[in-house]
Amino acid sequence: MSSAAMKTANLELVRVQKVSKRFTRSLDFAAKLANRFGAQNREITVHAVDQVDLAVRDGEVVALVGESGCGKSTLGRIVAGIHDPSDGKVFWRGQDVTTQDGAQRHDFVLGAQMIFQDPMSSLNPRIRAGEIVGEAPRVHGMTNAAGQRDYVAELFRRVGLDPDYMRRYPHQFSGGQRARIGIARALAVNPKLLICDESVAALDVSIQAQVLNLFMDLRQDLGLAYLFISHDLGVVRHISDRILIMYLGRVIESGPTKAIFEDPVHPYTRALLDNVPRLEAKKRSFASIKGEIPSPINPPPGCHFHPRCPLAGPRCSREKPKETLLYGGRMVACHLQEGTVQ
Amino acid sequence: MTRPVLEVENLATHFFTREGVVKAVDGVSFSVAAGEVLGVVGESGSGKSVTGFSIMGLIDPPGKIVSGSIRLAGEEITARDDVAMRKVRGKELAMIFQDPMMTLNPVLRIDTQMIEAVLAHDNVSEEAARTRCIEALAMVGIPSPAERLVAYPHQFSGGMRQRVAIAIALLHRPKLIIADEPTTALDVTIQSQILAEVQKLCAQTGTALLWITHDLAVVAGLADRIAVMYAGRVVEEGSVEHVLEKPRHPYTSGLIGSVPSANPMGRRLRQIPGSTPSPGRLPAGCAFEPRCGFSTELCRQERPGIAPDASGARVACHHPLSMQRAS
Repeated sequence: MSSAAMKTANLELVRVQKVSKRFTRSLDFAAKLANRFGAQNREITVHAVDQVDLAVRDGEVVALVGESGCGKSTLGRIVAGIHDPSDGKVFWRGQDVTTQDGAQRHDFVLGAQMIFQDPMSSLNPRIRAGEIVGEAPRVHGMTNAAGQRDYVAELFRRVGLDPDYMRRYPHQFSGGQRARIGIARALAVNPKLLICDESVAALDVSIQAQVLNLFMDLRQDLGLAYLFISHDLGVVRHISDRILIMYLGRVIESGPTKAIFEDPVHPYTRALLDNVPRLEAKKRSFASIKGEIPSPINPPPGCHFHPRCPLAGPRCSREKPKETLLYGGRMVACHLQEGTVQ
Repeated sequence: MTRPVLEVENLATHFFTREGVVKAVDGVSFSVAAGEVLGVVGESGSGKSVTGFSIMGLIDPPGKIVSGSIRLAGEEITARDDVAMRKVRGKELAMIFQDPMMTLNPVLRIDTQMIEAVLAHDNVSEEAARTRCIEALAMVGIPSPAERLVAYPHQFSGGMRQRVAIAIALLHRPKLIIADEPTTALDVTIQSQILAEVQKLCAQTGTALLWITHDLAVVAGLADRIAVMYAGRVVEEGSVEHVLEKPRHPYTSGLIGSVPSANPMGRRLRQIPGSTPSPGRLPAGCAFEPRCGFSTELCRQERPGIAPDASGARVACHHPLSMQRAS
């Protein structure tokens, strides 16, 4: 942990408590009509996030890891205030924001900013870069029309872009530069927390390293906290203080990054870490867990991971494992830790 | 030593666009032996995919192979016309793409597509072809292959679709498979399943493999040799140990330094400054010169040729890193 993070480590910035998010596709007219005549159409519900707890303290980098479909992006969007949770509560600096209205949420909405994966689809192609970055701070009164140019120029310099590029359109930038515009836009409203949803996944390795360095510099200089959503364990290991591993909508293991990488407890975490390609000049045999992540529409009963788990027993398909607290601020949800899988 | 399956010599593929000539591939040479896995590593725009397409004979106007030679088992295939190439493609050469939806027709069942691929080159009965398809699907680890054969591509998951694409590539036991980022879009556990499958199959069948990727870590565990490409050229080539542990080109060294797991946790990454040059506007000298920390006047003026060093690895640099400096 860096020294800047140490000083403020006690202040809890955001906390989500037992949040769930369900997406339901309701029946259309034809399906309802068909049901009148005895058809069996039912609403389809996706349980994207299922009873998850998560907290980010001031200046801390928390990583959210999992494979596609595990709900990590949905959870990130709840933390960013883009989605409202179906169940559970979101606290911003101790205040419950789920019951607040627009004006009261102001602090939360500006304080938590999101950086998306694909800068091309999150930047309006018809608006100049300077306006993309400068619009929000002007609207929120952090600068006025006269001061906007200087305000944006300062942000451009901070993220390593030439302020002369303010009059350019998004398509005139390279991928790495677009990522920087996305970061500048998020920084424009002086956030406390950045939610990065696969923000470096689409970048080339050498550009990815530059952007990761920028994230670390910003953290050092501005004392920012991050919720870093990624499937790339190498990146996560490098940048985060704490990680949460998700599988099919639930957090199955969490704890300090170093401890989890050194001693993963949950069978899924172990499999995930084993499967990370390593930069070692050694032929290796890729052994792997069988099967694929099941559909979140009909998740398996009990522990979601049991159909793929090499250690599963009868209990795993019967009951949902409880969250077991371990030494050193770690949590794991596995029957093996509760004693038995029988 | 037996003849390599694939020899590429001085290959240059240029695209003649309205904005000028884009030298996507500009003087690439390498060879792949039977049963060998060559990893071709590079960032976007380095020409790694165009190299793959050139070997397959899939370059369409305004692109054109302007010079060089590609030999498959000793036979020159660069000059062949489309009809002649069709006999080779799918039979002796096969390609796996990043997005399996590119290889699979979404409105045809898997069996239609696979049997067509068998019958295109072999004069066998449809029943025999079907049996071969089922065997191929079983080989790549698809459960209950006979039932899955009559499914449509959208009924498969991403990982399974990629397995089908690999099964199609294997149908004729080709001499060489070109795999263009086949696992990039997949999750880690699925990627590792596919890598395990490919590794097993290449060892079983003796197929040579050209694995194109941007991810050094993937080829680190899979390949025998690595060729690093930058701005249309191979800048360094050698055994995996050599390239990863004793890189001699500053770009290779920078690329390795950019990988988070190669750095101490939480520390700043050793980044390469700047970004890749546009292939339409390459500098006159070494293409990496503007980003290189060791560049001199010579680098600005003259492009370095690729030359083998004492250990047999090849590097294209005027001032290759010495063993001490690299470590």
